Amino acid sequence: MSSVAREWREIPGRYNLEGSKCGNCGKIFFPRRDFCPVCRRASLGKIEDYQVCRTGKVYTYSIIHEAPDCNNRLKPYAVAMVKTDDGVMITAQLVDVDLDKIEIGMPVRAVLRKLDADGASGVIHYGYKFVPAN
Amino acid sequence: MRDVAIIGVGVTKFGELWNKSFRAIGIEAGMKAMEDANLSGSEVDGIFVGNMSAGRFINQQHIDALIADYSGMATRHIPATRVEAGGASGGVAFRQAVMAVASGMNDIVLVGGAEKMTDLDDSSINSVLDATADAEWEAGMGVTFAGLHAMIAQRMIHDGIATREEIASFAVNSHFHGALNPNAQFRKAITLDTVLRSGPVATPLGVFDCAPISDGAASLVLCPLEDAKKYTDSYVKVSAVTQASDSLALFQREDITTYGATVAAAQQAYQQVGITPKDIQVAEVHDTYTVAGIMALQDLGFYKRGEAGKAVMEERCHIGGDIAINTSGGLKARGHPIGATGVAQIVEITEQLRGSADKRQVPNAKYGLAQSSGGMGSAVTVSILEAI
Repeated sequence: MSSVAREWREIPGRYNLEGSKCGNCGKIFFPRRDFCPVCRRASLGKIEDYQVCRTGKVYTYSIIHEAPDCNNRLKPYAVAMVKTDDGVMITAQLVDVDLDKIEIGMPVRAVLRKLDADGASGVIHYGYKFVPAN
Repeated sequence: MRDVAIIGVGVTKFGELWNKSFRAIGIEAGMKAMEDANLSGSEVDGIFVGNMSAGRFINQQHIDALIADYSGMATRHIPATRVEAGGASGGVAFRQAVMAVASGMNDIVLVGGAEKMTDLDDSSINSVLDATADAEWEAGMGVTFAGLHAMIAQRMIHDGIATREEIASFAVNSHFHGALNPNAQFRKAITLDTVLRSGPVATPLGVFDCAPISDGAASLVLCPLEDAKKYTDSYVKVSAVTQASDSLALFQREDITTYGATVAAAQQAYQQVGITPKDIQVAEVHDTYTVAGIMALQDLGFYKRGEAGKAVMEERCHIGGDIAINTSGGLKARGHPIGATGVAQIVEITEQLRGSADKRQVPNAKYGLAQSSGGMGSAVTVSILEAI
């Protein structure tokens, strides 16, 4: 069971795909980083907000058959690594899709969905998932 | 820096050890290593223990103190250090111990690796494994540890680096050797068909692509190379032990079909010893999933990209082939009690180089290598041992 604060502080990234951009070298980060691993100290104070593109293509995927208890109700479900149209790689579930028709290169777009919940009385987690773009 | 020798090894049987506690298996492996090194115990001046998650598996933190106490070292106030690096916990503990002896900080060090996984239910165990990747941005999205490996496999197949059959054949290789190891969890050879037809876990990977849930412990005794003869005639030299890091999350990488940390650690290790991958006759690689085994063979330089799967499929990684891979049975057949695994790999290579590997002995091996990997190759150690 995680605290409400742990969920709350990640809302910009989890709900809206907000990442960051290094004002020094221009590299984009998702999830957000407060420090550029390329420029290191030179990036301090130069990290800007960045809105990651909500559309992209499936880079790779898998159908999950053995899942943690919180996702048992979803089994089997698809997960994918998606390369967004601005070149950011994101790992997420792929939903509203025929599991037999998923393929690498397939166009997808991000949507906001319920992810899982910490039991009957804990925090409900929301975040991005991807659906077919067409 | 001093050269370091391994003068004693010990390992428990790996598997579902219902009647044995974490303390019992940890001490069993340690005592076997001490006996193997002909030591009484009073010579030991340092302990390093690899353990990934006793905190979640058995609800016990502070494993360093527990091991020091139950091994009889606490009354002598010997320093004990617990090391966690996901699946590489054992490999990193070994490296820390080698550094302690090489630097002169310690003279005789006991290295342990232990994990007691089966005291927890299966679903909770899997969530502990998922947390070795990025808990917030991978596991938190519903992507399991198996799922991440499956996505690597899917991409490798797509890019023509390996076929599904070639990836699956890694489990056949591990089981072939596991059948010869009396301490292995699964002592049965299997066919490719068994792997391909096993129930799906995360497509394209099935149950037989995955290392099992295991209990077990392994142990080593180290000392300066120049002192080794005082204790035993049967020892090996630690020629290199390197460590490298990569991003925690797989999606932060440019290429997901290679582990940059394995490549970096391996290159550094070969350079330190002054050898090439061709000089290695026997190796233990971290096959948590079959696909990770295939990647390791390429990243360690044993085969070019696109050729490892073919070699395994053609049984060229058996004892007597191009190179003997996972003669212990690997993580798949020997078992994978996480913190113990990296140490057990060193036990196996030591046995091979001193000629005590019995039915799975590789003839006349001079150099052996072990690759220990944590998470999605986020922490990797590569150790090269040399026969004396």
